[in-house]
Amino acid sequence: MKALKPSWQAVLAIVLCLVAAIWGAMSVPEVAAGTQPTATIEYPYMGTKGLMYGIAIVAAVLSMFVLVPALEALILFAGSTTVALLLLHGIAGFEGTARAPYYLLLAAAWLLGWRCVAVLSSMKPSSRGLATALKLAVPALFGVWILVWWEAVTRGAGIPFILLPPPSSVGVRIVNSLPVLWADVNQTIFHSVLIGYVLGCASGFIAAILADRFVFLRRGLIPIGNMVSALPIIGVAPIMVMWFGFDWHSKAAVVVIMTFFPMLVNTVAGLAASGHMERDLMRTYASNYWQTLAKLRLPAAGPFIFNALKINSTLALIGAIVAEFFGTPVVGMGFRISTEVGRMNVDMVWAEIAVAALAGSVFYGVVALIERAATFWHPSVRGG
Amino acid sequence: MTAVKPAVVAASKLGLTFQTNDGPVQALSNVDLTIGKGEFVSFIGPSGCGKTTFLRVIADLEKPTSGSITINGMTPEQAREKRAYGYVFQAAALFPWRTIERNVALPLEIIGLPKAEQAARIKRTMELVNLAGFEKKYPWQLSGGMQQRASIARALAFEADLLLMDEPFGALDEIVRDHLNEQLLQLWAATDKTICFVTHSIPEAVYLSTRIVVMSPRPGRVTDVIESTLPRERPLDIRETPEFLAIAARVRDGLRAGHSYED
Amino acid sequence: MDTLRSKIIPVTTILLIIVAIWYVGAVAMNAPFQRDMDSRNNATPGTMEFIGKTLAQPKPTLPAPHQVAQNFFENTFTRKITSNRSLVYHAWVTLSSTLLGFAFGTVLGIVIAVGIVHVTTLDRSLMPWIIASQTIPILAIAPMVIVVLAAVGITGLIPKALISTYLSFFPVAVGMVKGLRSPELMHLDLMHTYNASRSQTFWKLRVPASVPFLFASMKVAVAASLVGAIVGELPTGAVAGIGAKLLAGAYYSQTIDIWSALVAGSVVAALLVALVGLAGRLVDRAMGGRPA
Repeated sequence: MKALKPSWQAVLAIVLCLVAAIWGAMSVPEVAAGTQPTATIEYPYMGTKGLMYGIAIVAAVLSMFVLVPALEALILFAGSTTVALLLLHGIAGFEGTARAPYYLLLAAAWLLGWRCVAVLSSMKPSSRGLATALKLAVPALFGVWILVWWEAVTRGAGIPFILLPPPSSVGVRIVNSLPVLWADVNQTIFHSVLIGYVLGCASGFIAAILADRFVFLRRGLIPIGNMVSALPIIGVAPIMVMWFGFDWHSKAAVVVIMTFFPMLVNTVAGLAASGHMERDLMRTYASNYWQTLAKLRLPAAGPFIFNALKINSTLALIGAIVAEFFGTPVVGMGFRISTEVGRMNVDMVWAEIAVAALAGSVFYGVVALIERAATFWHPSVRGG
Repeated sequence: MTAVKPAVVAASKLGLTFQTNDGPVQALSNVDLTIGKGEFVSFIGPSGCGKTTFLRVIADLEKPTSGSITINGMTPEQAREKRAYGYVFQAAALFPWRTIERNVALPLEIIGLPKAEQAARIKRTMELVNLAGFEKKYPWQLSGGMQQRASIARALAFEADLLLMDEPFGALDEIVRDHLNEQLLQLWAATDKTICFVTHSIPEAVYLSTRIVVMSPRPGRVTDVIESTLPRERPLDIRETPEFLAIAARVRDGLRAGHSYED
Repeated sequence: MDTLRSKIIPVTTILLIIVAIWYVGAVAMNAPFQRDMDSRNNATPGTMEFIGKTLAQPKPTLPAPHQVAQNFFENTFTRKITSNRSLVYHAWVTLSSTLLGFAFGTVLGIVIAVGIVHVTTLDRSLMPWIIASQTIPILAIAPMVIVVLAAVGITGLIPKALISTYLSFFPVAVGMVKGLRSPELMHLDLMHTYNASRSQTFWKLRVPASVPFLFASMKVAVAASLVGAIVGELPTGAVAGIGAKLLAGAYYSQTIDIWSALVAGSVVAALLVALVGLAGRLVDRAMGGRPA
């Protein structure tokens, strides 16, 4: 028995499979087919039912033998993914007819997937490339399983499309409306967000240098800046729309206001971050204000400035999208979201949100990459 | 013996009082001291005796509140603006975003030396502190001893005649410290600089110095000045000679006399 | 004395300068409309009279501070609290969903943080998503949540509170994970030498260590929660709340109303953050922290 290494996920998965098998029919049509054996009723999983149970149980049992972790993870991955795909494939055309065994089997597959993730996260690969791949694979699997549950539940239970469309139809929608999405991205991201972000960050930075130069200004501005960061600045959006019109200018203005203070506060904090010894050193060189600023204090403030740039990348996107709720020309991500919600085209809304999420992540990612390159010397970066 | 040499540092009745929340603290009181060219002077004493403060006054990092002090006949501020000294801190204080080479170049960039001159000086000083070959490394890629050597190179690149060192080897382990002490003596012999060196290690002070200034706290003052009788050529094992031990004993007595342990 | 010189005087000065700029801006921005009006009425007012008029328009481009203050005062103190013109009423509507959402969000954030700190699988799989989700404009979902929930018959407090929950649990979860992981290795080793159980280490070391982090992130969360509630009010067709007030003001160009709604929102935000800060300080003191 020493060759066995039970895991609760695998055991529970087997139990769930058995319960599901005893329960019987996986869908309403299958029940109907069972009660009228003479009629030819189409029902899901006519041929794949046994196969799914078989794969799930075999994968679960195999995973409990002592194996190389990599092999165990591979078996679990293959088993859970195949079952999930078969489940999702089979339910097509029979939406809303799923019965308990459908969910039990899905849960069993998910448990195997969880076990797979657990095995992967406990692995300690020797090579760095593999470690990075693992670091990406684990959250990626987690994300995939969220999508699988989403898809399976919305289809299996036949959740109204308006309430929550399955991810597959959102995907189809994205592919079908690329030109519209692109126009929205161009309006919102490349005009409102980017221009506002650059202007807001630049003016916050300049204000920070001024506040650094004049102590009185710093003492007056910083408490105000700290307070403003807690305020719902987004509320200035209607005013900006009145002042600068419906086009991207008003949204960029909102973004400028939203990004100004985080940049100001962080840069001022960063300029105070250089050590006493380093500043004494510059003093022994009789270095002037600008030399000290350029050679010591700005580089030392780098991590703080990038922190503000990262915070602002998110704020800018939120500001631009929400500002569009207050009025836009007929293009833009916020405009699209609010109008398509009104028309109950929920899949388009989800498509827009997916694109916004992607744009937000890419924006943040680019800033983070530049940060890694620019503040390579900082312990938080070189530590890993 | 030292009186005939021109004075590099001349302090008379120097006093400095800090205003703190717990009332005034007399960090320096009535310090009279003259340091001649080419001397190696160590300042030793318990913490709070004002040895670092004295060094910072020379460097114009603190302003004295009474008495007078001149550096090469100038006020500390003029001396600083003329870049009359190099300063080595307790920690290496290298900028982590610059390579070793560029760290050494920092003061030269601030004075505005031409690139070629900068390169020549960097090469010279890096060789002087035995760091040739590490020019392109970043500070955090080097050991603590190497970092401190780089910071000495940075102070030397200045080519000022006066070198102020504030417990530069305090954070290093004994073996590295011995090694660096030896190198520092060789460097001093090779360059004929005036060195002011703050330490709280008696063997280090005795091994390095031509003169040892013993200080004591509350108020910070000079209690004894000991002329070293050791030759300028000093191998490490000089520390086991009776002569060395005699000076060390005198320093220890001086520290004990000026320093009451009642609190 | 020191706070007077180092804080109060500079801050007041800057605020006064802002008010002064505001007045100048109000005159400048309202002038074109006023000139237009005057030329239509064939009026030729003197300079002072003209300036006075620019600062007293009913729907100015930029209302003067005293107009906003007057409007704010009237709608806050002179109206019955139950009246839907009362700012107190609108602020309360927003505040209630903010608080509900904030409470849910904080609990959810703490639970997720505890899970992440104790289950490696969750740490490896969920944490990257939590961090990534910070980069996503979550507020974009707000109108959809409201409308979709309204379509299935859920309206009023809950949908707005859901958005606030969503916005406030992220900072709490991230801050709490940081806090629960903040004990030094030496302290953890110390607990290990005592053979302390996981729950003992958790309650005696990790929880106390995480308290400052919790309150710091709760400050961020409560501000985010308020923004969520305000934005959540936008798509409901301007029924009640500060967000609705903003939207109504935008529809009817009631600029003074917009500004005083903004002031109301800021007051609520400042109060909430101050309250969380106060709670943090009280807890800190009860735990024996040095009074700062």
